[in-house]
Amino acid sequence: MRFELTPRTNSPTVMRVFASVAAFITAFLIAGFVIWLMGRSPIAAFDVYVLQPLSDPWSLQELIVKATPMALIAIGLSYCFRANLWNIGAEGQYVIGAVLGGWLALRTHGTDAGAWVLPLMLLLGVIGGALWGLIPAFLKTRFGVNEILTSLMLVYVAQLILDYLVRGPWRDPKGFNFPQSVTFDPSATLHPILEGGRVHYGAVFAAIAVLVTAIVLGRTLFGYRLKLTGDAPRAARFAGFSSKATILAVFAISGGLAGLAGISEVSGQIGQLQPSISPGYGFTAITVAFLGRLNPIGILVASLVVALTFIGGESAQIMLKLPLDLTQAFQGILLLCVLAADAMVSYRIRFVTRGGGK
Amino acid sequence: MTTFEAILLTIVTASTPLLIAALGELVTERSGVLNLGVEGMMVMGAACSFAAAVTFDSTLLGVAAGMLAGALMAALFALLVLGFAANQTGSGLALTILGLGLSGLIGAPFVGARRDPVAPVDIPGLSDIPIIGRLFFEQDLFVYASILLTVLVGLYLMRTRSGLTLRSIGENHTSANALGLPVWRVRFWAILFGGACAGLAGAYLALVYTRFWSPGMTAGRGWIALALVVFAAWRPGWVLVGAYIFGAATVLQLHAQAAQFGVPSQVLSAVPYLATIIALLLLSIRHGRAIGAPGSLGVPFVPDR
Repeated sequence: MRFELTPRTNSPTVMRVFASVAAFITAFLIAGFVIWLMGRSPIAAFDVYVLQPLSDPWSLQELIVKATPMALIAIGLSYCFRANLWNIGAEGQYVIGAVLGGWLALRTHGTDAGAWVLPLMLLLGVIGGALWGLIPAFLKTRFGVNEILTSLMLVYVAQLILDYLVRGPWRDPKGFNFPQSVTFDPSATLHPILEGGRVHYGAVFAAIAVLVTAIVLGRTLFGYRLKLTGDAPRAARFAGFSSKATILAVFAISGGLAGLAGISEVSGQIGQLQPSISPGYGFTAITVAFLGRLNPIGILVASLVVALTFIGGESAQIMLKLPLDLTQAFQGILLLCVLAADAMVSYRIRFVTRGGGK
Repeated sequence: MTTFEAILLTIVTASTPLLIAALGELVTERSGVLNLGVEGMMVMGAACSFAAAVTFDSTLLGVAAGMLAGALMAALFALLVLGFAANQTGSGLALTILGLGLSGLIGAPFVGARRDPVAPVDIPGLSDIPIIGRLFFEQDLFVYASILLTVLVGLYLMRTRSGLTLRSIGENHTSANALGLPVWRVRFWAILFGGACAGLAGAYLALVYTRFWSPGMTAGRGWIALALVVFAAWRPGWVLVGAYIFGAATVLQLHAQAAQFGVPSQVLSAVPYLATIIALLLLSIRHGRAIGAPGSLGVPFVPDR
């Protein structure tokens, strides 16, 4: 006996949502099995990973804080992935956004610069990320270089640039030789939405990005053009859509949003530049984008879900002595399950006995 | 041994894992499947080989475990992209994320452990030739194996019927299927071969190159191996050339860092990554878009009926 795949002509939304949920449950079962193999109780782990963070107000805030950068990046990636373009270097665009925006914060440090600093920093963050994203896009449109490899290689380069700056010229002279910059002035800090709270205005940017993207993808010609470029590139060319312009546009958008995520995280959350400013948000955002089925609302939900695995992973490390790598392994399993679930939605799977089909 | 000889020897050691992993990926891609999970399979190979080698105190078992781990990861990938016709780019990325996490779990108890060096195999007489003697005839078995593998992969692809079948499936899976060629079976084995090679490359890193385990120790080498396949225009001989150029770039930047030229170490550390981008760029300028790429590369196969 074997099975064969037949493409489905339509796939209802209910089924798409169901597929994501099913993928998530499957991933949990597999992870539970792995934890059991490691000689721990899967039920205790589930409690620490999921139930406790969700029942604690401090963790709920933390959830939004962690989901913010991933939502911003994943929203940007959804533009690329819809057009079948593979920007996997969002982590680097995030870093360069933080570097360029952070430059202004350090430059104006200790001066009485006014309220213009923060908006300009955010703008520089967007520009930095967009420019870094445009490098692979330009290499692709101008010379036909594969964007997957170049965008990824630029992640390592971006991290080395940040590393050089915070260990070298941008190091805090009074920082006891620690590789980190000075702490940003209040005028260069993205403040919490509620006084005394943890959630900063980055969350608002993420919410705006979700709304704007929902409108752009669903209601505009540009959104249609992306879908057409991804699904039927020949038809898109006949329709007069320039594929080069599309490539440059989506890389600029996704790079810009990743850069915004980077500068928001540095100015709203970390408060200074240091060698490591991300636990891999740029890569995890790929999982988020797929888990959210490249749909803006879906991505918003997915970013919260994946943020939960980060927070759960941290508390599981403290309370159950489960290694932090488990979180990354789980995210990998989750992405695999989501992709398999995709197949269930796109294809009708039929089991046939030998001889019934070939 | 002079410094010059020592540098040449380390270049060989740095190039070998790139060569092995890239050869495996080349076969996978020639069958029409793009597996971006090389980094994940490689790091799993490194973790599992080191764990097995320390536990059983046997390099041989370590190598076997590394290859098995790579092949198992590849089998998971095959299940997704062949069984479910899942998106190959996404599945490969997922494999890398999974591999980096899982290898951390497997390797955790072995952080801090060390292995003894693997003894080089000395070919009597020939290894006494000055300069090139030690370089060519006193290497560890892996180095000889990697050169042999290059030749065998080249012969298999270009000189055997089975290799021809694999290439035609990679060029056009629809036609190949219409001719009755076993698309799924050939791709399955090609993916598994790629995984075993990536696992072997990881084993080499952990057992010969560093001789210890640290999380994420592959440091992007899997991705460089992927770039090498493009750089080599999907030809085994050029993979060998490319692997040695990159190995040399890596080793020379390390020596430059030690020599302290006044250039920040981060600039030199970025050399292999920038070199990859420049190599891909030069290749595209010279040959236009992705010369030599198999026609069906990365396209999910769902037979018509």
